[in-house]
Amino acid sequence: MDPHPPPPAPARRNFLAQAAAAVIGAITLVIPAASGLLVLLDPLRRKPAGGGAVFVANLAAVPAGGEPRKFPVLATRVDAWNRTPDVPVGAVYLQRLPDGGIRALNVACPHAGCFVDYKPARDNFHCPCHNSSFALDGRVLDPKSPSPRPLDSLETEVRGGTEVWVRFRNFRAGVHEKIPV
Amino acid sequence: MKPLDWLDQRTGYRKLAHEVLFENVPGGARWRYVWGSTLVFCFTLQVITGIALWFAYSPSSQTAWESVYYIQHEMWGGWFLRGLHHYTAQAMTVLLAVHLMQVVIDGAYKAPREFNFWSGIFLLCLTLGLSLTGYLLPWDQKGYWATRVATNILAITPFVGPELQQLVVGGADYGHHTLTRFFALHAGVIPGAIILFIVAHIYFFRRHGLTPKEPRRRPDAAFWPDQVLRDAVACLAVLAVVVFLVVRHRGAELGAPADPSEPFPAARPEWYFLFLFEFLKYFPGGTEVWGAIVIPGLLMALLAAMPFIGNWRLGHRFNVAFLWIVLAGSGWLTWLALAEDRANPDHAVAVTAAQREARRVVELARAPAGIPATGAVTLLREDPLTQGPKLFARHCASCHRFDGHDGLGGQPKDAASAADLKGFASREWLAGLLDPARVATPHYFGGTKFKNGKMVKYVREDVAEYGPEDRQLLELTIKALSAEAGLKTQREADRRDEALIVKGREALVGPRMNCADCHVFRGTGDAVGPDLTGYGSRDWLVAFIGNAAHPRFYGDRNDRMPLFGEEKVITPGELGLIVDWLRGEWFEPPPAAPR
Repeated sequence: MDPHPPPPAPARRNFLAQAAAAVIGAITLVIPAASGLLVLLDPLRRKPAGGGAVFVANLAAVPAGGEPRKFPVLATRVDAWNRTPDVPVGAVYLQRLPDGGIRALNVACPHAGCFVDYKPARDNFHCPCHNSSFALDGRVLDPKSPSPRPLDSLETEVRGGTEVWVRFRNFRAGVHEKIPV
Repeated sequence: MKPLDWLDQRTGYRKLAHEVLFENVPGGARWRYVWGSTLVFCFTLQVITGIALWFAYSPSSQTAWESVYYIQHEMWGGWFLRGLHHYTAQAMTVLLAVHLMQVVIDGAYKAPREFNFWSGIFLLCLTLGLSLTGYLLPWDQKGYWATRVATNILAITPFVGPELQQLVVGGADYGHHTLTRFFALHAGVIPGAIILFIVAHIYFFRRHGLTPKEPRRRPDAAFWPDQVLRDAVACLAVLAVVVFLVVRHRGAELGAPADPSEPFPAARPEWYFLFLFEFLKYFPGGTEVWGAIVIPGLLMALLAAMPFIGNWRLGHRFNVAFLWIVLAGSGWLTWLALAEDRANPDHAVAVTAAQREARRVVELARAPAGIPATGAVTLLREDPLTQGPKLFARHCASCHRFDGHDGLGGQPKDAASAADLKGFASREWLAGLLDPARVATPHYFGGTKFKNGKMVKYVREDVAEYGPEDRQLLELTIKALSAEAGLKTQREADRRDEALIVKGREALVGPRMNCADCHVFRGTGDAVGPDLTGYGSRDWLVAFIGNAAHPRFYGDRNDRMPLFGEEKVITPGELGLIVDWLRGEWFEPPPAAPR
């Protein structure tokens, strides 16, 4: 005896059953899929913490001759369920300007986000990943540089004549425009 | 009824086994057919080792590195398991390339095997996805920075790039959810998809049969046992190579824990992505979308179109040539990237520094205090041996040197204009300071305004005139003054010379040495120069660097020494790290640790 006899041909008037099966099947899939998708898309509504000015260094710590010096930026870091105050969230190069002001450059290369190095011998910045190089004011030095824009400058403020505060932000990499993330 | 007949009647296993083992191999078994099987073997090995790793891995930014460290250094055979997983992943990439070449050269992609070929291409992409996601999971500096670069490149995808990046990263910044997402992709979504596509790939393969290499040298044969034997030998050879690499490298590398504030100039992708890394160097700013997405996308599209191209008269030759050119080009770019790094001394320094920190954090993690709840990154941030040189380079090296360099082995722009602090307050360092020939050199006071001061004058005139008896007293004085520092490196010598040090203290304030004429020592003497009580000790150095212009030290005669603590140039924590590093006070593992 054949253990798998052919199924009887479907009746012509069972459209309603077919449609109901399809709808019920879709509902049983859509509800778990949609609930999963919602959680999966949740990061789209997350915004970076901070954006306000933070104390970075004392003015006396910035070299007088205009040489850039790197400082870590300490701020409150929000990592999903953790909120940790005063931890490094990035770093900046600070330089004294001839007019007495302070220039702050984000250390992240605008090309792909690697940290740029200050090279005292060449007196410029160099990215160790794809070889972009930048002048002390952040300008792109090589026209063929992979970096699409100068190093990202940040707003600074000297408070009380002694404290350098920086409005620290990161910017989208790989684009000409300086778009905060 | 016999038990096996009973089983077969209910499961049909004999028919299944027959279908699996007695597939026809046209022209008989050959070594060139083994590559697909070696890939299935590698994937199976990855599933087994991956599940075992899963039992011990914890994906969060405070526990990922820590759990991998624990697997690598604490668990039974953990280094071997991790090594197997790591090097098999690399072997898979090589075998994928070989399998693809074999398929294209043998023309196994042509009709009616299009779906077999496309499912294979998709498996290739999924496997590269496994590599990309797996690279981050240890959450070490290497994986972290490589992933930052990779996800930043993802963000330049036209129209949806930033959103795509945010979805992959799990938010606006890298952290817990980057790891949970990469882990879900690495251990769940991608392997699941691979299993589905392997099933489809083998189904399509069986449906249309093997593409024999012409001319056929032997008659057709069954898959079992000749081809199975060849496959098994090939799998064993792959395993042997992987085990060799695991043992040779003592498992997979684990760098220092990820730290977004610490630069990582040694950042490079895994070797099989180096060609893409190098390729991006040739695209000026704003055009990298061509190098990262458009051109690789076009190459993949051309690869996928091979079954159609192969139908043309010269199509097959074109396909084979195209594949060789792509492989040769990738090889050339990889070689360029490696050659450039080899010729770059900065890269060598960066790699050495990365290896040093990786070793150091393991030493600290193994210390009795262990890893704190804040994660292993705290160990390095609070380690004088790691942070001292960096802080010295940042704050001190514009004037001082440490053994002739900036603490990190580099040379600052300006020449040294203050003392070299390597071995500060040690007997050797003090012997140099009190040497008439050396006191006014740049190593000591030569670059400062004190080069014409009383101390230099005293050493060059008085000490230079010392007879043998005074020289003996000077040696005792040096021993006594150096003992004030309580340096770890001299602890044994200080203990041994205890009686001589007592005599030296007397000599220091005695009439022959005359130190008390200008210095205070243990309540005796005049406060013109720095107080020598506790000279070079932790408290003395913290106070001195904090405020060198304090009356206890130089007062208003202070040269250019910034008031690091007084003016809050550095934090008390940073000051402590610099001082501990200068004094050689950091955790050192026991020399003959049983582990």
